[in-house]
Amino acid sequence: MNIENRGTVRVENGRYRFNGKFHYAYPNNPIRNEDGKLMGVTNPRDVTHVHMYGGEAPFFEGLGKGKLLGTRCINPDCDANGSIFIPFRIHCPDCLSKNEIVDMTGTAQKGATVHTFMITERTGAFNTLPKPIRFVNVEFEGVPTILMGNLAIGEPKIGMKVVPIFNTVNPTYTILDLSWVPAGTDESELPEGFTFG
Amino acid sequence: MIKFSERQLKIPQMQQPVYLVTGGMSKFARSFPEKRTEELVIDSFVEASEFIDKSPAELKKYIHSCYYGHFADHFGDQLLGEAVIHDRLGLDPLGNVGIKTGGATGGSTLWEAFKAVASGYSDCVLAMGWERMDEVPTDEGNHYIASAADKDWETPLGHIYTGYYAVMAQKYWQVFGKEEESFRRTMAEIAVKNRGYARMNPHAQGPMKITVEDVLNSPVVANPLRALDCCLMSVGAACAILCDEKTAFELTDNPLLIYVSAGSHTLRVADRRDMEIPLLPNESPDQYTDLGERFPGGDRYPGFTGFLAARMAAYYGYGMAGIVDPTEDFDLVELHDAFTISDIQTYEDIGIRPYGEGRSYVESGDCYHTNPFTNQPGKLPANLSGGLIGNMHAVGATGIMQAIEVGQHIWGRWAEMHEDQSKWDRFGRTKPDDWTNLQVEDAKRGLAISHAGVGSHVTATILIHPDHQLI
Repeated sequence: MNIENRGTVRVENGRYRFNGKFHYAYPNNPIRNEDGKLMGVTNPRDVTHVHMYGGEAPFFEGLGKGKLLGTRCINPDCDANGSIFIPFRIHCPDCLSKNEIVDMTGTAQKGATVHTFMITERTGAFNTLPKPIRFVNVEFEGVPTILMGNLAIGEPKIGMKVVPIFNTVNPTYTILDLSWVPAGTDESELPEGFTFG
Repeated sequence: MIKFSERQLKIPQMQQPVYLVTGGMSKFARSFPEKRTEELVIDSFVEASEFIDKSPAELKKYIHSCYYGHFADHFGDQLLGEAVIHDRLGLDPLGNVGIKTGGATGGSTLWEAFKAVASGYSDCVLAMGWERMDEVPTDEGNHYIASAADKDWETPLGHIYTGYYAVMAQKYWQVFGKEEESFRRTMAEIAVKNRGYARMNPHAQGPMKITVEDVLNSPVVANPLRALDCCLMSVGAACAILCDEKTAFELTDNPLLIYVSAGSHTLRVADRRDMEIPLLPNESPDQYTDLGERFPGGDRYPGFTGFLAARMAAYYGYGMAGIVDPTEDFDLVELHDAFTISDIQTYEDIGIRPYGEGRSYVESGDCYHTNPFTNQPGKLPANLSGGLIGNMHAVGATGIMQAIEVGQHIWGRWAEMHEDQSKWDRFGRTKPDDWTNLQVEDAKRGLAISHAGVGSHVTATILIHPDHQLI
């Protein structure tokens, strides 16, 4: 597949500036049965979608800098006042006021606990995680929510202590820049590109 | 901690009663290279018309507005696929709307149709659901399904929705199943039962005569789930006609009262916050105080083990229909058995059994058509259609198929719709020599639960024979 000149985007003065190609057209092919009868056609396509992170951008920028950011409701009139949210929520789900960003890296490094997990060899198209994939759902002290992530090393177990690692060397600016390893893992064992932050 | 206001907990009110008049469905299969979606949709509409001895043209004359359940535009590769179907059904210029709530799309389509009649907007409506899941390879299909998770926080993790569900299965397995071999076998029993019932259903895609050992020896998908614990990926359509009382009795002598309710919970399971267990009419406030002692780790509600959306759908639906104890008040149920373990979890969410005790619904034999321990009729047979594991999961059609199946029992016409040799022949399927009539004798009331993914949306559809109302 020739994907030379794949599209890139910049935002300037609040407007998108597109460069390069965002879609590639390919001819379709007939689909026939064993008797040669026409049944349908293939519809190939290759598109690049543009996706904005909006108020979540600091979270995805933070991962590449070794930071795990959450948010906190600071509305004194809200029942959820003081609640910390990971996944990062731009607005409080109760009062809808703007949350403040809090750095949860230290809390996570001191001790995050596996609430539950899953191991599977099966993945969907476009998966980039090594197989078998091992999901861990991680609890943090003082946080009412439970973050889903990938365990990069070792075998998961409910109750095990894990620490975050970050793709700080060549970040993708996606959730894949965050991963987890058992507490006590040596930095030399981490996957390529990942550090403790 | 989440708290609901009293206004939010109000039992839904209707302006007038709503009736299910008829329903129909297509054949279900993994792929249909020879048919377009509209052909399957028309197959189901023709079956619904014939069920009440009307021609499609006659039945169409009664329809006033249309509700279309179609979960994934991606799969059909057609935005506004509903408009295409509406045109092919020849129902322009009536108003129509598409409904999508993941795996609960079929149930949500009935919910919208129900409200349109209950409000008085329409006297007669069409609820039609379908899904076309065969036009991409399976791994791309899994990516599409995973696209219904949060695209920034979850989808990039493996692009596999089963994984997002499997973490919940693992938690339930460890906390409430206590990782017991006996619990694992109970899960497998559900897969054996539902695939076995599917053998009696000419529409069904996945009939199998298997044993618990076959399930336990099938490939691991994500422990504790194995391949035979999981539902099917399907193509097909199902539809229902809902009416007000006057119109219903013009179309048939025997319409059924229908109530549909809905609940929801976070798309990302990660966002779940704790709350007190909302109670159903057959539960008491002190019932769960020692849940965490009996099941260590089980005191966090809904945590990753309960489906709050299912509980709320049941709460609203039971309130509307006057259901107090689902095991006593219903004669059969069709549950959303996407996975054997989520089937067990649902027994608890909807009050068939208390939290922590779902397995006993299977182990008692209550969930069977004929209780294997007593040879008497099961107390509350479940998924006699074969369910999602044995019959189909053509997402937009699933919740509608379940309601039709329940209705056919209450109408006393289950055998008529499943036994007919000409239907087996038309679908190119072989009727088993040991075909068994699964009609639930004297069925008066039934329930269908339609459920999305990790429990983001759940609907409860309750069908009641008008001579056996509870309120």
